[in-house]
Amino acid sequence: MFFKTILTAGAIGLLSTASYAGCGIDSGSVRIGGNDFPAYQAVAEAASQCSGGGVTVSVDLNKDHKDRQVASLTANPAEFTSSLANNSALSALMNDGLVRPLNNLIAKHASGLQDMQFVTVDGEVMAIAYMANAQHLFYRSDILDAAGVAPPKTYEEVLAAAKTIKDKGLMEYPIAGTYAGWNLGLEFINMYLGHGGEFFESGSAKPAVNNSKGVATLNMMKSLTEYMNPDFLTYDSNAVQADWEAGKVALTNLWGSRAGPVTDGEGSTPEIESNTKFTSAPTVAGGSRPATTLWWDGFTVATNISDEDAEATFKAMMNGISMQMAVANAEKANWLIKGAQPNPAGVGVLASASGGALPYPMLPYFGAMHSAIGAEIVDFLQGNETAEKALEDVEAAYIAAATEKGFL
Amino acid sequence: MPHHTFFKFIWPSALAMLIFIALPIVSISIQSFFIEHEKVLVVVENCTPFGCKKETRVDIEASKVLEEEKPLGRFNWFGTYTNRNHLAFSELNQAWKESQNFNDFLGEVFNLPFYKALSFTLSYTFIVTPLVIIIGFFIALAVNRLPSFFKGPTIFICLLPMIITPLIGSLVLFWMIDAEGIIGSLLQIIFDDQNLSLKASPTLTWVMLFVYGVWHHAPFAFVVFYAGLQTIPRDALESAMIDGANRWEQTRYVIIPHLMPLAVFISLIQLMDNFRVFEPIVGFNAQASATSLSWLIYNDFRSGDGDMLFGSAAATSILTIIGISILMTPVIVRTWSANKPVIGAR
Repeated sequence: MFFKTILTAGAIGLLSTASYAGCGIDSGSVRIGGNDFPAYQAVAEAASQCSGGGVTVSVDLNKDHKDRQVASLTANPAEFTSSLANNSALSALMNDGLVRPLNNLIAKHASGLQDMQFVTVDGEVMAIAYMANAQHLFYRSDILDAAGVAPPKTYEEVLAAAKTIKDKGLMEYPIAGTYAGWNLGLEFINMYLGHGGEFFESGSAKPAVNNSKGVATLNMMKSLTEYMNPDFLTYDSNAVQADWEAGKVALTNLWGSRAGPVTDGEGSTPEIESNTKFTSAPTVAGGSRPATTLWWDGFTVATNISDEDAEATFKAMMNGISMQMAVANAEKANWLIKGAQPNPAGVGVLASASGGALPYPMLPYFGAMHSAIGAEIVDFLQGNETAEKALEDVEAAYIAAATEKGFL
Repeated sequence: MPHHTFFKFIWPSALAMLIFIALPIVSISIQSFFIEHEKVLVVVENCTPFGCKKETRVDIEASKVLEEEKPLGRFNWFGTYTNRNHLAFSELNQAWKESQNFNDFLGEVFNLPFYKALSFTLSYTFIVTPLVIIIGFFIALAVNRLPSFFKGPTIFICLLPMIITPLIGSLVLFWMIDAEGIIGSLLQIIFDDQNLSLKASPTLTWVMLFVYGVWHHAPFAFVVFYAGLQTIPRDALESAMIDGANRWEQTRYVIIPHLMPLAVFISLIQLMDNFRVFEPIVGFNAQASATSLSWLIYNDFRSGDGDMLFGSAAATSILTIIGISILMTPVIVRTWSANKPVIGAR
């Protein structure tokens, strides 16, 4: 055992020396910060292979990265030279000018990137995307077969299927959803976009969610909760995954990045795993657009660091999102990287994207809207107030926050 | 004591109080009067892996110029204090005009985030504090009568709820009261109701948080009372016994008066602690049914991707400080006037 460890350590040492030579960085400090889940870990791990010689690469992944990113990049020099970001994180970073345009670095050092990977704002590339993520439908084929229903394509069918499953006594609570705090806000956003709703009056930061589409969205969410565990307001992604793996749920709209973990042969029974299937997020109310939001994940380079460190960071990150990394970690995400094989667990994300789902809005004041929704629709779901009143509260809470942030 | 000796003795503490207590309070009160500059917005074309779209963004250069001129932001007077997320004066006024009866009005008031949080905070404070004092007192009496062999282990076990970090303690309970957990399923069996869930109903969530609060804080009251019980003069108790006082009368007329100053001390500390209730709400993931003032502050720092509402958080902090001062005034006045004759007698 001990001997084996030494051998492995030696092999890793050899490997990293070999790939360090391939990064082509002479000196500099690379500090990577980001959210903590398997796909990010793979990218950070591949980037840290560039460590050695005059180059240091440090990695600090944390599931609460979104709460520290602005503060840590505001410092000068910034705590992280690269912050791994997504749609909503990038708007927050750009609101304060904390990430630099990458056009020059791309021209000098990037090859083999696909055009779709560039996240450009006003012609400047602000981030390079490497994976796509979205919430989409997970279903248990054995339970649906036993109930005699086809995999649902619309939320109306989801409700009907849940009713049949419950009536036949197959499951007590056939649906699960991420309905706690921030996640609840996102569930509303998904469903509202599925109804074709707009969040703001066109061309301004004034809220416009208190309308018939907003009411329909809330009513659909409430109908879904009737088939959920009564504790639904405390369910985040981890709780939904746990119930799924325990075989207590037959239908859920969960993240693409959870599709791998629920079929990885761990934490569940082979029977549940082999019957776990993925498909596009359902449409709703006769719409054609899947009721979900598309998310990209990519890397940025901080503004408040030396040009030398920025260059080293860019090169190390390019190594982090190399084709080899994507091939070796195919099951961990839907990689947007050229040459990556399609991920068998990724059909749901692809189906949602090709169905025309919208990306999560990159508006500077959208974070305030998201928080207001998550906090204010709870009273409606608990049955304490009407849908109109809840939406009125959302708008009022948003206006107070957006005024303080200087958007209104 | 000569003045300069007194000064030498006191200055390190005075300096520490200035730096760690006075300055932060001054800083947040200044902060609470400001809001961010108006953002200069421009519409640009954004391209992502999912296509291109015209979207609004902040004009960073123009916003920076404003920020360098006035780094604190725009002066907003009491605007943040009176907006909907805090004292909500105009919303209150409107609710008063529009509601048919007083119940309607109350419904409207407790729909506003600040008052909703305040109602839980106050209920928590006024239910947990007396229960902690009463239960702590009875535990102390019971432990005091144990044979000395059992005392050590019993005291240790009684202190455990206080030793466990609040967040961990609440997480442990959170899983125990889950419908699948040991307490949750036991309750389902006892009440013969498969749908009984402590986490689903706001009322039961409140009760659960109160129970947690008592569980966590009772050891503090216990240990203070237990120490106090060791100082009870034996002769006073013995003379009470000779006068024919039974055990209850001894407790009522000798022990309780002797421990009264301690009870005041505990209620002071508990009022402060309980008014700042926070960890159990996070631990129990209970924000849908119960929020507190501290939780509102925390939420201002976490809403949106690190986009923090400093002014709003500062205003809630100042309101919390005011709230605590109001709560403590009666207790402090009482202590002060109770102590005066004693000082005079010396």
